Amino acid sequence: MPLDLLGTVAGAVLVGIFGIFVALFLLGVDRIVTARMQARIGPPLSQPLTDIRKLFSKENVVPANSIPWLFNMAPVVALASALTILLYIPVGGFEPVLSGGGDLILVMYLLTLPALALVAGGFSSGSPYATVGAQREMVTMIAYEFPLAVVIIAIAWKLAASGIPLPFTMMSVQANPVWGLVGPLGIIGVLILFFVLLIVTPAELSRIPFDTPEAETELAGGILVEYSGKNLALFTLTQGVKTVVMASLVVALFIPYRLSAMLPAPAILQPVLDLLFYLVLVVLVAFVAVSLIRVSMARFRINQVVSVYWMYLSLIGIAGLLLVMADHFLRVV
Amino acid sequence: MNGDTTKKSIPYTVPIGPVHPALKEPVMFTFQMEGEVVKSVDFAPGNTHRGIEWMGMRRNPVQIVHLTDRICGICGIVHSLSFARAVEQITEIEVPPRADYIRTILHELERIQSHLLWAGVAAHELGFDSLLFLAWRVREQSMDLIENLTGNRVNYGIVQIGGVRRDISNDQIPLIKQGLAYYRGLLDQMKTVFLDDSTIRMRCRGHGLLSYRDAQLLCAIGPTARASGVAMDVRHDYPYCAYGDLDVHPVLPPQEFGGPHGDVYDRIIVRLLEIAQSINIIQQCLDNLPAGEILWEKKLPKLLLTLKKAQGEAIGRVEAPRGECMHYVRMDGNDAPVTWKVKASSYSNLMSWIPMLKGEQLADVPIIVASIDPCMSCTDRVSVIRDGGSPGYLTKEELTRLSIEKTRRIEKCH
Repeated sequence: MPLDLLGTVAGAVLVGIFGIFVALFLLGVDRIVTARMQARIGPPLSQPLTDIRKLFSKENVVPANSIPWLFNMAPVVALASALTILLYIPVGGFEPVLSGGGDLILVMYLLTLPALALVAGGFSSGSPYATVGAQREMVTMIAYEFPLAVVIIAIAWKLAASGIPLPFTMMSVQANPVWGLVGPLGIIGVLILFFVLLIVTPAELSRIPFDTPEAETELAGGILVEYSGKNLALFTLTQGVKTVVMASLVVALFIPYRLSAMLPAPAILQPVLDLLFYLVLVVLVAFVAVSLIRVSMARFRINQVVSVYWMYLSLIGIAGLLLVMADHFLRVV
Repeated sequence: MNGDTTKKSIPYTVPIGPVHPALKEPVMFTFQMEGEVVKSVDFAPGNTHRGIEWMGMRRNPVQIVHLTDRICGICGIVHSLSFARAVEQITEIEVPPRADYIRTILHELERIQSHLLWAGVAAHELGFDSLLFLAWRVREQSMDLIENLTGNRVNYGIVQIGGVRRDISNDQIPLIKQGLAYYRGLLDQMKTVFLDDSTIRMRCRGHGLLSYRDAQLLCAIGPTARASGVAMDVRHDYPYCAYGDLDVHPVLPPQEFGGPHGDVYDRIIVRLLEIAQSINIIQQCLDNLPAGEILWEKKLPKLLLTLKKAQGEAIGRVEAPRGECMHYVRMDGNDAPVTWKVKASSYSNLMSWIPMLKGEQLADVPIIVASIDPCMSCTDRVSVIRDGGSPGYLTKEELTRLSIEKTRRIEKCH
């Protein structure tokens, strides 16, 4: 038992370090890809790492009218909770470290934690820009939560309806790719759900066009306006880790395949193949959900964000869910 | 619960400025907000006053021309042309036709680069950075052309009292034509990316409204007024340089977009169409470019002597990319003018912010503020430094008293 615990702790630390490096890698890739699409050269791949190192060496300013303990705690909580999610979803082609300990519902709840920490930090900074930003972050959170729930529930329902035990666990989702369970009508439904999750991702990550909480030109960084030095570095890392989390979640839900299962390779090479395949998938998902959307759109107004998610995306998500259900019942009949 | 609701209804204050990413130049906004909605707004310019007029009134007009270049960071020809036209009227200097045409060509090239710069800024304010990079990359062509023609990218130093300081050689004409062809080819693409984009339309259509009546009451000018349907353009109403010979009409938002609404979207349309108009004007100028001198007087001492003898007052009016720019000059037979007063185009447009911003969302503040293309360093002509440097406010009575005092002072010099 102690050995087990030790293994879990070691795994958690390894996943944490791995998550942070993949996060920095994804941020770097995003910046280069975005720059190329805007006909710029862009920074080197190591730029995010350099930025973080620099931020850690900078002064950590705590504004006079803030609530210092909350202001300083928020970034730590945000990064810690973002890293915790990584323990529950498959990263790098391996089983989740805490597999069996939690399911998709837990992941959904955990996903709100970094955002809540950010809101707490924003409200505690005592700046009108941060306050407006924090309010917007809350509204955005409420807005994208429903479509996200629709996607997760739709997939779990399909698994449950197909007679798979424990449909909400990652292992079931991993073992039974949803594409294989549905007919042609269902494939359209799953594609729609896939699309919804991809559009939820930029809001979850506060990226353009859903970066209203930070809105550089309106709120001068909004929720993060008072943060500097170490605290800002932690929030930047959180942002990166959240990118990894969302991309991994998309991969886990919709592309749960392994290269080693398809390609015959020596046992020793299999983890390497899986890792590379995972990285490729994550970069692809991040490219579509973050970089591509980011370069091709203007920022939404906060009321537009709400109407996009509550009305359009929720309806699209429910349409996807209904298609999957219709497909199921038609096939059963 | 009741106490809570009354507390919530009190508007809270959001300051924006004097330095803020939404503003390209310093100006102080104070917003009274209710939730995300702007209830009322006040603004205080006066953060970039540099005393250029004071410097000018100690120099002779030929030196002042180079000062006027530096009033604005991007209008390199508008202010010098406006000043030169005022002095030319006082001294009754006749500008050679070729110089007038060269001035017009550069004037329009400047409009192209200025509007493209604005388009990029507007895209950035909307959070659409790809468009910012696109617009500014395209802008480089006009900057290169201007550099080729004048020797400088900004602060051209091309205008001289009585003409221009550099001729356009026959080798340069194909270059200009090449540049025009480049922009002509791009126009449709620019229109597509700016006007057919649904996010831009969502953010701009129906926002930052300035009614026809408000535009007239607040004396709005330039593209800001034209987007509200006010057909005014100094180039058409009061032709100067070569504009009398050319076909120039005020650009209004066309019917195909539903007539003038006076919103941000219309201001984008007007500026894009003005780029097309400028291309057309330069083409006309190149087709009719007359031969001859480019200066009224080549010898500087003789020019200075004429200027020194000059007596009288005049106003130089020019249609800058942002609207009418006006220079008032009064000379009394000395080296330096007695009075030199600059009225930059943004000065007339700033007040239209108040009706535009009222009732809008905080998210739209940056694009609405940018939509009149404000140039604060051109506009700031006064800075109150008495009473320990506090800016304070001048009432109408105080201003009237101060202007009467100043008029008396000028009359005494005369």
